[in-house]
Amino acid sequence: MSLKKVHNEQPKEFKFSAENLKKAEDILKKYPEKNKKSAVMPFLYLAQKQNDNWIPLAAMKYIANFLSMPYIAVYEVATFYSMYNLAPVGKHFIQVCTTTPCLIRGADKIVKLCKEKISSKENVISELGNCSWMEVECLGACVSAPMIQINDDYYEDLDEKSVKEIFDSIIKDKPLKPGSYRGRSNTSPEKNKASNGEKHA
Amino acid sequence: MLKKEDKIFKNLYNEFGWEIENAIKRNDWKDTKKIISKGRDWIINEVKTSELRGRGGAGFSTGLKWSFAPKELGSRPHYLVINADESEPGTCKDRDILRFEPQKLIEGCLIAGFAVNAHICYIYIRGEYFNEGKRLQEAINQAYKNNFIGKNACGSGWDFDIHIHYGAGAYICGEETALLESIEGNKGQPRLKPPFPALVGLYGCPTIVNNVETIAVVPTILRRGGKWFASIGKPKNTGTKIFCISGNVNSPCNVEEEMGIPLKELIEKHAGGVIGGWENLQAVIPGGSSMPLLSKNICDTITMDFDSLIENKSGLGTAGIIVINKDQDIISCMARIARFYKHESCGQCTPCREGAGWMWRILNRVEKRKATFSDIELLSDVTKQIEGHTICAFGEGSAWPVQGLLRHFRKEIESRCREEPLIKKKTNNPYLVDQHLLENKNA
Repeated sequence: MSLKKVHNEQPKEFKFSAENLKKAEDILKKYPEKNKKSAVMPFLYLAQKQNDNWIPLAAMKYIANFLSMPYIAVYEVATFYSMYNLAPVGKHFIQVCTTTPCLIRGADKIVKLCKEKISSKENVISELGNCSWMEVECLGACVSAPMIQINDDYYEDLDEKSVKEIFDSIIKDKPLKPGSYRGRSNTSPEKNKASNGEKHA
Repeated sequence: MLKKEDKIFKNLYNEFGWEIENAIKRNDWKDTKKIISKGRDWIINEVKTSELRGRGGAGFSTGLKWSFAPKELGSRPHYLVINADESEPGTCKDRDILRFEPQKLIEGCLIAGFAVNAHICYIYIRGEYFNEGKRLQEAINQAYKNNFIGKNACGSGWDFDIHIHYGAGAYICGEETALLESIEGNKGQPRLKPPFPALVGLYGCPTIVNNVETIAVVPTILRRGGKWFASIGKPKNTGTKIFCISGNVNSPCNVEEEMGIPLKELIEKHAGGVIGGWENLQAVIPGGSSMPLLSKNICDTITMDFDSLIENKSGLGTAGIIVINKDQDIISCMARIARFYKHESCGQCTPCREGAGWMWRILNRVEKRKATFSDIELLSDVTKQIEGHTICAFGEGSAWPVQGLLRHFRKEIESRCREEPLIKKKTNNPYLVDQHLLENKNA
């Protein structure tokens, strides 16, 4: 159960774009007609994508009307799941996994770098206005620890040097390629010994 | 050690390409029509012969689960739901199946769907696996194009559709009933069982929920025979399993091995050994963060299968092995896991909602050397009060790791505790909620 704050400046209106309306129709086809409530999660994703990666209250009201369900039920779903952002995030939204498998391979150093390079506080947009970061729970890439997710992409097998490079690249709006930063092929065993994994602070 | 020809997931590292043409070269979709034409009972019996146990954590017999679905299609449709909400810390096997072996999963869905009378299958993928979901959708489209699924799938006469539903970052949705709630468009809070999903599941209809890995091995089992699968591993713990070895090892990796392989062999052969050598090993969490940790002396001899781990008061779970060496502070590692459970509790049952945070706060005190000896008893008591008093197994999942810590590292905890309560006056301890009691004279 995540604790989230709803943003204090809300747009008055929200409507799906024509393109998203078509997508919404396709989504509705996946579920039985009397159970169209099922589409609330995909719809919230659509709204989030359309509105610069966060969901305004107006969008929840719009979706509630669209699916003929109570507004509070949509609100409940939007606040329950941690991936729905209820306040603006950076254009490059960095999520740092800090659960134990990443922690013991140095995720705390990445958090430190976030504070230095992006912004001193979680969920606060950087001074240049294009990045924000937050700590998240396990992202399910534990054998490639430590790792971060920037928007939809996973950056794996990181160390301080590679994280600095990645952060520099997104600050300049030219993100580096996702994937392993130790040059290995996916999750196969490596011959060379890993360099990270020393004691965490 | 597993022979090369017995490996099921030959493309685990994407050496041969995930696309459908390459998958067909690896014998996916071979004789699927023939398998389906042998009938429901034959499929379920063959899976029972293979003694396949669910790979999602609980280790329940898959054949038995399928046989719980009503034999005849009644007024309500049946559903097959695949659990790809892989969020257990230490586990990342399903991700590789979704990325690199999607056809195995899709073929498994068709066969399982046929076996349990389902025409529609939902695959519930965690929201963070956006790219993996996109890949799976491409693979599904390729399968539709080849007429392997859809109307008259594979020419078997069975209509079958697969839809993807994304989660949105809730660990609890890996619990099967919470997952169903989530697909129905509610917040993911588990339901009381019984009724079990096999009778009353998605939209109130009979539903079979299986893990990705379980379903993905089924086609190979049926092609090579249940007896073949049962001949690998140990009795009642048969077949192959993808192990995810993470933490303080020289080369963390995913690897498919036979069940019952010794833990030491697994770590030394595949993961390049513990950083600093085997002697530098402190503890191993053998099955994802929900399973109690094992101390080094147990790790020396333990084999990785459901039953021998249960004998040692742990469990195979999802086979996500987290290796912790002596350079790490074990208390802070476990405190971080407790924080994970505090964050992920759905808030439905009081013991879990309150207890998970409570355990985290106590462990945090221990980590900072601010705990008293009475805190140890309190911690142990809290874990017992959670266990068995919640709707779903999340309660056990959060309490067991702490119990494991208490069992194996009690001395370490004691060495950090003091006699008298440290906090007599109001201090700025954000984690101490019962602060007001201490201000009272009679407290």
